[in-house]
Amino acid sequence: MSSGQPPIQGIPKPQVKALNCPKCGAAITLRALGQAISVVCPSCHSILDAKDPNLRILQEFNKITSIDPPLIPLGTRGKIRGTDYEAIGFERRNIKIEGVRYHWHEYVLFNPYKGFRYLTEYQGHWNDVAICKELPIIDSRFSIPLEANYFGELYKHFQTGDANTDFVLGEFPWEVRVGEQARVTDYIHPPRVLSSERMSNEITWSIGEYIYGKDIWSTFHLPGSPPQGVGIYENEPSPFNTNITSVWKAFGFFAIGLLALMIGFDAGSKKEPVFHSSYQLNRGEPKGEGSFVTNTFLLGGRTSSVEVATSAGVQNDWIYVNYALINQDTGQAWDFGREVSFYSGYDSDGSWSEGKQDDTVVVPSVPPGKYYLRIEPEADASHSTIVYTVDVKRDVPVTAFYGIGFLALLIPAILVTWRSVSFERSRWSESDHPPSPIFNTENS
Amino acid sequence: MTQRVGSCPNCGAKIIFKWSSSVQTVCEYCKSVLVRTDVDLKKIGQVADLLPDTSPIQLNTEGSYRNKSFVVIGRILYQYQQGGWNEWHFMMNDGTSGWLSDAQEEFAVSFLAGDQKLPSLSQLQIGQTYSWNRDSYILSVITEAHFCGLEGELPFQYWDKNEVCFADLRSSSRKFGTLDYSDTNPALYLGELIEFEDLKLRNLRQFEGWS
Repeated sequence: MSSGQPPIQGIPKPQVKALNCPKCGAAITLRALGQAISVVCPSCHSILDAKDPNLRILQEFNKITSIDPPLIPLGTRGKIRGTDYEAIGFERRNIKIEGVRYHWHEYVLFNPYKGFRYLTEYQGHWNDVAICKELPIIDSRFSIPLEANYFGELYKHFQTGDANTDFVLGEFPWEVRVGEQARVTDYIHPPRVLSSERMSNEITWSIGEYIYGKDIWSTFHLPGSPPQGVGIYENEPSPFNTNITSVWKAFGFFAIGLLALMIGFDAGSKKEPVFHSSYQLNRGEPKGEGSFVTNTFLLGGRTSSVEVATSAGVQNDWIYVNYALINQDTGQAWDFGREVSFYSGYDSDGSWSEGKQDDTVVVPSVPPGKYYLRIEPEADASHSTIVYTVDVKRDVPVTAFYGIGFLALLIPAILVTWRSVSFERSRWSESDHPPSPIFNTENS
Repeated sequence: MTQRVGSCPNCGAKIIFKWSSSVQTVCEYCKSVLVRTDVDLKKIGQVADLLPDTSPIQLNTEGSYRNKSFVVIGRILYQYQQGGWNEWHFMMNDGTSGWLSDAQEEFAVSFLAGDQKLPSLSQLQIGQTYSWNRDSYILSVITEAHFCGLEGELPFQYWDKNEVCFADLRSSSRKFGTLDYSDTNPALYLGELIEFEDLKLRNLRQFEGWS
């Protein structure tokens, strides 16, 4: 039996390694503490086997075809979801859709305890991406299913294309190659995107969440400001989307409130008749000479509405009545004119009619007091005598107010919906499933 | 079986079994592979020093899974195309043992699922669905790996391996399975993929420049 400490105190602490490129001799830093599979020489861009102590060359370049410096310099650390990550790899990939090549960038992030994570950037739009631990549920009967279910949420197919890697830098947890191809399919449920990448015999699913450039900038303490996002990105959260249901909910809530208020006030209003009288307008009387005043009537209670109803038994005729509701004591007057007209007849389409034999108007906010009406009727002089009746009621519900209130609620709800719909339309116009134009003039 | 404490038949070092059901251990001094017999410890082989690896887990790392605490007591190290990974053998406080794998720092806890009908290696087909314990699994990848060494206590005899084969099974939940073809009879391990945080690990390795 021996005593003392075991001869080996575990394995030495992994640390950042400094090596040299076997092709050009440039210094290479291995940041992923041995987790990386490939590393790209920053000088000659040869792709090297990071697992090999001699950094065997996997892919060699005689000349650098392009330079695309990463916006997040490799070696920069930032906190994502509470964990520090270091940017260790960078690649540019492109996808060809309808003959147009689109480029985007991907960053490999590393933490020695949590492993790898990714950031993607396309024209100022960023996504925080992790490999899926669960497989999304798809209908495997289709080669490209139109829906994917992930954690009970439905993701809609957005786009499928063949992605090609055309520029790499740093370290990767897979054997990266320039020219590497993958069939990429995106399903969206903004702000998330579910992507499948099929490479030869392997399918990898990843889940991304939209992240704003300014958040990337503050996370990685980058100087300057992030590039502005161009257009609307596939999983960019709609600024209207979150509002749309709440707007309609609020609309419904207030509309019900308004209705309740209306019913309440209708039930609570007295609708007290205060004046009733019939008059006769004789034909041939010159205009304006028919002006007269009524007896006074009392409008009681508090300041409230007054309804003036005019009815006339007109047949293919009209009567126009100029009213003034006048306070006997103060002289305050409300002037308004009302028309009653009714026409009917037969034509090739059958019988028709137009207008009504009565008219109602509500004068809101009339203070209590003694009032009278000044009435001045007008009619077509060629017609016969018209008998008309004037009815005045105190304290009636002012439905017009509710109508205005309803519109005031409806307009913003419609506006928000319209903006949301147009946002979604421009989002989907970039997809494999562009929406059909609403108007034929669109895009013309 | 022998006592929980014994000495290495090769170098005489003290050997302590942490888990009563361990079948095999590796002497931490001379790297002899030792198995417990009815009377004593027998040396059945020798392993080389382990290659440096980058797992945050090490022997004696403690954690908890489903409210039961566990301690890592052994491991098998493999290498495949995408690098190395460990199958960490842990002992739970209820006396059972399980495995924690760390391939590409994607952590999975699994337990041996006995008495199941298992397909042979040649029958396997990527994308095929299998059902065990009323859960369905889809075969996602077949991995050819290279056995690279071991450390600590294991629930079976295992050392003289070379090229081995595993089949990974995924599901639409976190449930996960591995078919192990490293022995004559295939073995099935069922478990789940788990977040690093959820294991509440303590006594982890330190990494230079990271805390």
